[in-house]
Amino acid sequence: METVLFYLFGGIALLAAISVVAQKRVFYSAMSLVVCLCAISAEYLLLNAPFIAAVQVIVYAGAIMVLFLFVIMLLDPFSAAVIRDKKKYLSYLAILLGAFALILLYPVLNSFESAPTPRGMELAGSGSIGQIGQALFSEYLLPFEVTSVLILIAIIGVVVLASRRQS
Amino acid sequence: MDLTHYLILSMLLFLTGAAGFIIKKNVISMFLCLELMLNAVNLAFVAFSKHLNQVNGQIIVFLVMVVAAVEAAVGLAIMIVLYRNRGTLSVDDADTMKW
Amino acid sequence: MINYLWLIPIVPLAGATVNGLAGKRMSKSAVSIIACGAAGISFVISLISFFSLLKLAPEQRHVLQVFFTWIASGDFVAKAEFLLDPLSSVMILVVTGVGFVIHVYSIGYMHAENGYYRFFSYMNLFLFSMLVLVLAGNFLLMFVGWEGVGLCSYLLIGYYFDRKSAGDAGKKAFIVNRIGDVGFILGIFLIFLTFNNLNFGEVFRQIATGSQRFPLEAGVGILTAISLLLFVGATGKSAQIPLYVWLPDAMEGPTPVSALIHAATMVTAGVYMVVRCSPIFSRAPLALDVIVIVGILTALMAATIGLVQTDIKRVLAYSTVSQLGYMFVAAGVGAFSAGIFHLMTHAFFKALLFLGAGSVIHAMSGEQDLMRMGALRKHTPITFWTMFIAALAISGIFPLAGFFSKDEILWSAWTRGHHFIWLVGFITAGMTAFYMFRLIFLAFCGESRRSKEADHHLHESPGSMTGPLVILGILSIVGGFVGLPVWMNFGPNKFFLFLEPSLAMTYRPEVHEATHIEELGFAFASILAAVIGIYIAYRMYIRRPKAANELANRFKYMHQFLFRKYYIDELYDFLFIKPAVRISTGFLWKKWDVGVIDNTVNGTGRMIEESGSLLKHVQNGLIRSYAAWIMLGTIAVLLYISFFRS
Repeated sequence: METVLFYLFGGIALLAAISVVAQKRVFYSAMSLVVCLCAISAEYLLLNAPFIAAVQVIVYAGAIMVLFLFVIMLLDPFSAAVIRDKKKYLSYLAILLGAFALILLYPVLNSFESAPTPRGMELAGSGSIGQIGQALFSEYLLPFEVTSVLILIAIIGVVVLASRRQS
Repeated sequence: MDLTHYLILSMLLFLTGAAGFIIKKNVISMFLCLELMLNAVNLAFVAFSKHLNQVNGQIIVFLVMVVAAVEAAVGLAIMIVLYRNRGTLSVDDADTMKW
Repeated sequence: MINYLWLIPIVPLAGATVNGLAGKRMSKSAVSIIACGAAGISFVISLISFFSLLKLAPEQRHVLQVFFTWIASGDFVAKAEFLLDPLSSVMILVVTGVGFVIHVYSIGYMHAENGYYRFFSYMNLFLFSMLVLVLAGNFLLMFVGWEGVGLCSYLLIGYYFDRKSAGDAGKKAFIVNRIGDVGFILGIFLIFLTFNNLNFGEVFRQIATGSQRFPLEAGVGILTAISLLLFVGATGKSAQIPLYVWLPDAMEGPTPVSALIHAATMVTAGVYMVVRCSPIFSRAPLALDVIVIVGILTALMAATIGLVQTDIKRVLAYSTVSQLGYMFVAAGVGAFSAGIFHLMTHAFFKALLFLGAGSVIHAMSGEQDLMRMGALRKHTPITFWTMFIAALAISGIFPLAGFFSKDEILWSAWTRGHHFIWLVGFITAGMTAFYMFRLIFLAFCGESRRSKEADHHLHESPGSMTGPLVILGILSIVGGFVGLPVWMNFGPNKFFLFLEPSLAMTYRPEVHEATHIEELGFAFASILAAVIGIYIAYRMYIRRPKAANELANRFKYMHQFLFRKYYIDELYDFLFIKPAVRISTGFLWKKWDVGVIDNTVNGTGRMIEESGSLLKHVQNGLIRSYAAWIMLGTIAVLLYISFFRS
């Protein structure tokens, strides 16, 4: 059952990802990405990470992608007359490089499974929201607090950037 | 399902995103590809988290998501400014920072 | 006060700094007060230090003061340390005393010159360097002072930098001195290599006692090498054959400079250095012989050139070279104290002669040719009388300063078995008397050969110039009394006794004891030589003024040979300068520099430019292209991992 689900959602995610790249229109790309994100969140569930899966759907697919859609709506990229391509060969090069990297990476990824689990790492169990909360507010308290500062900075930065100057 | 399967899925998604980043000429599309890459990495983290029976990986994913949100917000703001100043979202037109 | 040795050189340095930086905006009187004040304070401190040293027991008169560690590099340690012992105390007294007097003199002499502050700044800087040289407690610090005085000499010779001859003379002095300095520094290297130390006391103790690193019997060869290298340095600084050629040209500088640097102090640095290193030199008989021969040849040669020169300062310059030769003879025969004695008295009367010459030049509105002077006695009486005293002193007339020191040198040469050297020195003494009185007679006596123009401005110099003349005149008379010889029955020579602690490490062979009568005879002989010289000068330039020309005509070639200074400058020009210039332009410049170095440098630039103009296309401003590069880099890393890591 797990295998089937993995291949199902994996396939959806992959197809959606290719669609993100292949779509001519940005709007369709964004919608494909939403699909992709949802499929990945399903994979998270398979990986026994319900919290992350929920956050993925709520924050990513829900909030961030909506932000994207807002901007797409706002800027209306379809009206921009010309999207210029100064280096045409780059597209083909990118596919070539991707394929090459695939070949090179495959054996590297394969080697992880056989690698022994590092010692002293089995202590904490994974998955439950309680455990994540425990870790987040004890061991990872400082990074957690720093993210709030980061977000504050981002808010200020965005306001400064996006506000029209009256000059 | 074992670790390798997830890693390979993650890699495929990542490479799709990376190639897309180069292929796409539209700033917003490139940002979408960026998000795709981030998600691919997240998937790898969670896979490792399960493999090692550890919660750390998920914490990292959580932090990555925060950074992604921040990055998207700032990036989109930059996009608005870019569009306002140049009237286009084509990245190849924004090439003044060169020799 | 002996603990404040560092003040002695620092005060002139402060004066030089203040005058050098702010002198342009200060009045002339302020500049003079600062400069002379600095020299004066330094002199007073030197005096106090000297008397403090006298209070110590003779064995303790070796005050070494370490201020800080200057260089520490592994085994090599050089400290900033000053050494006050009888030798250096005599030197600092001479340097600051004569220096102070000449500073005062310069106020009058230089009052109308441009760059007044510059002159005094350099003079003070010179005092600083010279004091570092003589007070230094190790070879390296001595070398610092050594180079410092060389620099100041260069700056002051080229003081009238708008005259090409002055600039050339400065460069000549600098370059010739460099040749000597190479020898000196090589000597220092060799000392460090041999003794693993540069401190005077340490090195000399090792030589005198024979240490493990340096067994006494094995090191004679290396001591000779060190001595000869050090002596090369001395020949440069102290104008000995073959490096004396810069000193006569150095007369292009202002006269006080000639008096201070090129007569009284700097040029004697070589003698001082040889005496300071006497523990080394005295154990290298071969080197000592070289010094004697070079010294006596220089003395004779310079004296013969001095016989026929007509420029008042050049006569004195060659006289200086000649007297320096005497000092080296003294050092070479092993009579180091006698060398220092002559150094001191010579500083008095030669400074006086130069200052007197400056006074004459001042009176003559810049005329330096003896043939256009004459009968100046009535117009410049003080100058005449003081110069007359100095001439008597340098000629060696009893009981003036020069008699005692010169007689001591000649006597030492005789007693130590250098009879031929004594003979040449004896003849040279006669020549010295001749050319000095030739100068006196030509300038002050006989008939006036002056131009109308010079007559118009003729005047005795102001008090600031005659005062120093009088002071130095007195010193020229009494200066020798500090070292009355044994035969006068005042007990042992006080001056030599005082210097004794400085020469404690020096190796001194037994000298055969001579009777006082014998010594007295030789003293009379030296006086006789001087009197004969003076008499001939009197005959030739007062009684029969035409005799000189007749003689010159009769021995035309001889006269020309001497007048052109043995054609040494021409010889050097032909042997060294011309080939050097030819090689420099023909090969080094046109082939090597233009062909190889320029092309290499330009080629490097062009290569970078070309490759840059190729590579700059990488930075094309396209984000997508950058991303592709990142991916390429990732793939390169992956390739490395796949093929070299697994």
